[in-house]
Amino acid sequence: MGRIIVITSGKGGVGKTTTSAAIAMGLAKKGHKTVVIDFDVGLRNLDLVMGCERRVVYDLINVINEESSLNQALIKDKRCNQLFILPASQTRDKDALSQEGIEKILNQLKKEFKYIVCDSPAGIERGAQLAMYFADDAFVVTNPEVSSVRDSDRMLGILASKSQRAENDEEPIQEYLLLSRYSPSRVKMGEMLSVEDVQEILSMDLLGVVPESQAVLNASNKGIPVILDEQSDAGQAYADIVARYLGEEREHRFIDEEKKGLFGKLFRSK
Amino acid sequence: MSLLNYFRSTKPNSASVAKDRLQILVAHERATRNQPSYLPELQKELLAVIQKYVNVNDDAITVSFEQEDNQEMLELNIVLPEESTK
Repeated sequence: MGRIIVITSGKGGVGKTTTSAAIAMGLAKKGHKTVVIDFDVGLRNLDLVMGCERRVVYDLINVINEESSLNQALIKDKRCNQLFILPASQTRDKDALSQEGIEKILNQLKKEFKYIVCDSPAGIERGAQLAMYFADDAFVVTNPEVSSVRDSDRMLGILASKSQRAENDEEPIQEYLLLSRYSPSRVKMGEMLSVEDVQEILSMDLLGVVPESQAVLNASNKGIPVILDEQSDAGQAYADIVARYLGEEREHRFIDEEKKGLFGKLFRSK
Repeated sequence: MSLLNYFRSTKPNSASVAKDRLQILVAHERATRNQPSYLPELQKELLAVIQKYVNVNDDAITVSFEQEDNQEMLELNIVLPEESTK
């Protein structure tokens, strides 16, 4: 049976879609059959970040309305044969999402895939609630910034009360903190909340820190999940996160400012 | 003197201000999140009853709910206007 992971945050622009693309690709590259679903109906973007925007024929809403089969709508990634993408609809609105329809699709996917990654839209409305309702695990993407931290806490409240697991009194959704757009130098200067600060406020386990990185924009420009840029800091951070999620021991990186020797200072190689 | 103060200044940095603000806010929001859904209605009705007898402001009453282990506590706090106590 597959496991459902929701990538959520409450606040927009913190890196949910970047994270969804990276995590899904990371899991697939580790040999696990993975599907990533865009729940942002009306404002789909996962296809663009994944670089398959020109291959979209059918979408999530078509499958819910039985206008196409699930297999017709799934797009097979060209870089990794273990990865599939289920895009959101661009023309319909979020009201087209029905809980029964989503449940049916997820149950079908659970039989075939090891991991089902749900890219949640921002906000706490229908799309976001449905993206997390059936989840087993939640990656809460947070920026070290006041409104993002507050919204993450709000999401924790919703995860604990408005999910299928909560309503059926089952084991709660496993929550993981993913701190992104982290800038160790600003933390050092006292201009940015530190990892410890955010962990203390939210009282959550840290899955990983993704540093503020130019590689993220470069990757999305090209439609390549940033995890495939193995030389980059963000790519390595996501690879660590996937490994940790799968149970590997990996020391946390990108938390402290990189120490550059005189040589590094003279020739800024990055 | 002012120059000395400048060097001595222990002005808190913006990150610690952010942390303090968030800790207070999150604690408050978590407390209200776990309270029963009837609380706002209860507060409104209690206020209406009290206003029948005493001339109090709309914000004179606060109802809070606390949960400790297996004990639930409903705390009711009414601030009466000064004139009526004299």
